Amino acid sequence: MASAPRLVAVLLLAGLGLLPLLAEWLNEPFWVTLFTRVLIFALAASGLNLVLGFGAMVSFGHAMYIGIGAYAVGVLSFHGVDNGWWQLVAALGVGGVVALVVGAICLRTSGMAFIMITLAFAQMLFFLAVSLRDYGGDDGLRLNGRSHFGSLDLENSVALYYLAYALLLAVLGLFARLVQSRFGMVLRGCRSNARRMASLGFATFRYRLSAYVISALVCVLAGMLLANLARFISPSYMAWTVSGELIVMTVLGGLGTLIGPVVGAAGLLLLEEALSSLKLGLPWFDALINQHWLALIGLFIVLVVLVLKQGLYGWLVAREAQRSA
Amino acid sequence: MTTGLFLTQLLNGLQLGVLLFLLSAGLTLVFGIMDVVNLAHGSLYMMGAYFAAAAFNAFDGSFLAAALVAIPGTLLLGLLIERLVLRTLYRRDHLDQVLATFGLILFFNEVVRYVWGPASVYMNTPKWLSGTVDLFGLPYPSYRFAIIAVGLAVGAALYAVIHRTRVGMLIRAGATNPQMVSALGVNINGLNTLVFALGAALAGLAGLMAGPIVSVQSGMGEPILILTLVVIVTGGIGSIRGAFYGALIVGIVDTIGRAFLPGLLRELLDRSVAQAVGPAIASMLIYLLMAAVLALKPQGLFPVKHG
Repeated sequence: MASAPRLVAVLLLAGLGLLPLLAEWLNEPFWVTLFTRVLIFALAASGLNLVLGFGAMVSFGHAMYIGIGAYAVGVLSFHGVDNGWWQLVAALGVGGVVALVVGAICLRTSGMAFIMITLAFAQMLFFLAVSLRDYGGDDGLRLNGRSHFGSLDLENSVALYYLAYALLLAVLGLFARLVQSRFGMVLRGCRSNARRMASLGFATFRYRLSAYVISALVCVLAGMLLANLARFISPSYMAWTVSGELIVMTVLGGLGTLIGPVVGAAGLLLLEEALSSLKLGLPWFDALINQHWLALIGLFIVLVVLVLKQGLYGWLVAREAQRSA
Repeated sequence: MTTGLFLTQLLNGLQLGVLLFLLSAGLTLVFGIMDVVNLAHGSLYMMGAYFAAAAFNAFDGSFLAAALVAIPGTLLLGLLIERLVLRTLYRRDHLDQVLATFGLILFFNEVVRYVWGPASVYMNTPKWLSGTVDLFGLPYPSYRFAIIAVGLAVGAALYAVIHRTRVGMLIRAGATNPQMVSALGVNINGLNTLVFALGAALAGLAGLMAGPIVSVQSGMGEPILILTLVVIVTGGIGSIRGAFYGALIVGIVDTIGRAFLPGLLRELLDRSVAQAVGPAIASMLIYLLMAAVLALKPQGLFPVKHG
């Protein structure tokens, strides 16, 4: 018996899987690029969800890991290394070490201080990227080409789309098992009552740090894909607003649900796209919205927080739980 | 490196420090009493600067008019935000507060872009402060000196209000245990509103004072908001004393680091290496400082003592 949330999840993922065919059929190649972005941010938001939704650690600095992934691709490609496997090793290596150190320091604090210190670390890396003049500094750096993974040709945008899709499915599958495992139980236990978990004898710090590192590495992967999609890297990938948008996506979809971040990423990015190219046939009004759509996004975020606390997909899950209870 | 140059940079650091103090005092009080994080504090600063610049240019260069518009204007805007958005979020967790105020930042950035256009707005220093003052033989711009004086005066006034008056006593009590203060018959909501208004007015004052020395533009609130957060976390959340010392430390370390670190590195390292890493390390310095403080004292340098 398929429940409503499960049905929505299957339909969503299947729809995303068929999208390039639809785009081909309707002759809308731009859709592939747009939805590759959606998949990449869905991947990053899913990564963030592991700490934010399942671990209740409000990280306001996860854009930093998107930046690390993107710069690993960009910097290596700048030096002539366009072998994707080496780039992957470098990105995960650097990202893992940074996440381990930053996580170990940040997890000493909690609550408000945790939010701010994660933000500060992300800013630190942002300014580091801005001052790297050899790699474009503030202006960013154009890539010579996309990464080469053996015979997989990423210059084909449909191939890149399906790589992002496969990665997203793999991460969602991994997280589905991870959350139900002993590790996930301890993590969710810390979300409810960290002190009790510590009293029960769990080394909560180690569990939370592991979750932080895993979630960071997922964002690193998203960053690598983003650099390949745009053929461009820039410090703006790790601007603090990107960290904020990742949180918005996660909350909009539904915190601590597996599919929520995917729903949220699609919802926010498609809304942005719709607002910035809105055509209602009223020239004055259209121009106003197309230019100042960020104001509407801002109000939308406020409304989501005030009214739709569980998120879109979270609302479905909660309704289902109520019905079966 | 001459002593005069060093002293000038030290004063510049002090001037950035007192600006940061004006912002962090409000933010840390709001956090201490209401347990609310308000990222839109940076937007209040930005609106203060825009109000000031608009009034300054409309009343042909009257700084008094700028002050009379900017500070009450920001105060009213702050009250509006508190009533419409934050009040419903007091009992929610920090995540919701961060998100809602993040949305407000995006909103206000676009509002000023719509009203005042995408280009930055300029505001001159008032004529009577456009010269220099002589500090022990060192010429220093009067306006920057005035910022330092105003900041220190506000600091002293805040200290007096918080430690010597009845309202200040209630604020301190509210920061320690709001339920108890409420149970003793104090209107805690009124107190919240008062503190929020005070914080907004201080943010407006900071925007007014910064108006002539920075370019007033959309998004100007964010860099300084993040510095303010660094100050609050370094100094200890909720503590005015921590905000004061934290602001001065961050202001001075940042300014001195940017001014002298690249040169210092050039002495120690290879020229090309120093050129590449000097500015990077200089701009990361305060974040390294904050990380070091939190790694050693997670509660910050001057934590509020409870109980």
